[in-house]
Amino acid sequence: MNLRFTLNGKPWQVDCEPQETLAEVLRNTLNLNGTKVSCEVQVCGACTVLVDGVPVSACTYLAYEARGKSVTTIEGLEKPDGTLHPLQQAFIDEFAFQCGYCTPGMIMSAKALLDENPQPTRDEIIHYMDGNICRCTGYVPIVAAIQRASEVMSKETKK
Amino acid sequence: MLGELGDKARLYAGGTELLLAMKHDLLRYEHLIDVKTISDLNKIELKNGSLMIGSTVTHRALERSPVVKENLPVLAQMETNVANVRVRASGTLGGNLCFAEPHSDPATLLLALGARAHVQGKAGSKTVGIDKLITGAYETSLASDELLVGVEIPIPTKSKQAAYLKFQLHERPTLGLALVLDVDGDNVTTATAVVGSVSTVPTQSGKANSILVGSKAQIEKQLPDAAEALAEAADPVDDLEGSAEYKCHLIRVFLKRAFSQALS
Repeated sequence: MNLRFTLNGKPWQVDCEPQETLAEVLRNTLNLNGTKVSCEVQVCGACTVLVDGVPVSACTYLAYEARGKSVTTIEGLEKPDGTLHPLQQAFIDEFAFQCGYCTPGMIMSAKALLDENPQPTRDEIIHYMDGNICRCTGYVPIVAAIQRASEVMSKETKK
Repeated sequence: MLGELGDKARLYAGGTELLLAMKHDLLRYEHLIDVKTISDLNKIELKNGSLMIGSTVTHRALERSPVVKENLPVLAQMETNVANVRVRASGTLGGNLCFAEPHSDPATLLLALGARAHVQGKAGSKTVGIDKLITGAYETSLASDELLVGVEIPIPTKSKQAAYLKFQLHERPTLGLALVLDVDGDNVTTATAVVGSVSTVPTQSGKANSILVGSKAQIEKQLPDAAEALAEAADPVDDLEGSAEYKCHLIRVFLKRAFSQALS
């Protein structure tokens, strides 16, 4: 089937099988390997991408569902000049990753959270990020990074 | 379409359960029929004192809906704690009920709230209670050409207090417990307690419900008896979430908590 959708802000079309998942199309057809696949059962959150701003597990989301919609992956966050998104920068500054495998999914989930709720409380962050698993950091720096990004982003919008 | 394709096809909504089972080769279908393309199934409406929820409404939509928050806060609160945000964003209420996964949070609460399922088939439409819709683990009473159109939940009167609590260690709840009490001063006039996840289908017990009626002080003393009656009706099974004995213990603990939360 021919699939048309917006990918990281640009109109895109690909041929895919009806049973292909969005993660398979992104990684295997489009070579966008930033989206990671791990548990394959919607528990770990490594494959999180945004479809029309809503976080979904790309590993268990049929590519068909993205038809006519806008898909954002980790590759679509930096500015054209290469400046990192405040969340990406905050994850570096707070050292919110070690092996890095969960990081793209963490950042995409956090982006969905901050887009919806720009200044979440610590409890709101923890509840929202509950579906993203990290086996290295112990989560403390991840929460700190999201709080830092939230501050940076609200200062940017005030400017 | 479903009538023509028969067993080769299955209705598909959010895919959060069906696609997992298909990926693991537990289920095989040649065709998936996307019910989300049917317009009007994704609406939440207030009609004649009931909340009408279309079957393709997602958990996330229910969690965030102002109409739900205002009229049935216990439903919004339950939905907030279903799985994780990605599952809630894709998964639908109708899909959850029709897949009849034994660890469903919505099924347990909806049974306690007296919800009714609207079913449309080739032969016509009908309305059935949640206990008549969900008949076993992964089993419903829906015929192969029938579709769950939506769920109708009567808005509880002001005298009613409801609570839904769950206990979860792994990906799915070990126990879900819903309690709806009709309160008149210091007395409870009617009570419905439903326990889910501990066995194949959400269960209530007439005996437990009758023990939960009377003065609040008296009921508090009888809570262990009510829990025992509820556990007996549910007949918990041993599984990876815990032994039957452990689940009976949880029913005691959570019935007590639900009682104090419902009355708070």
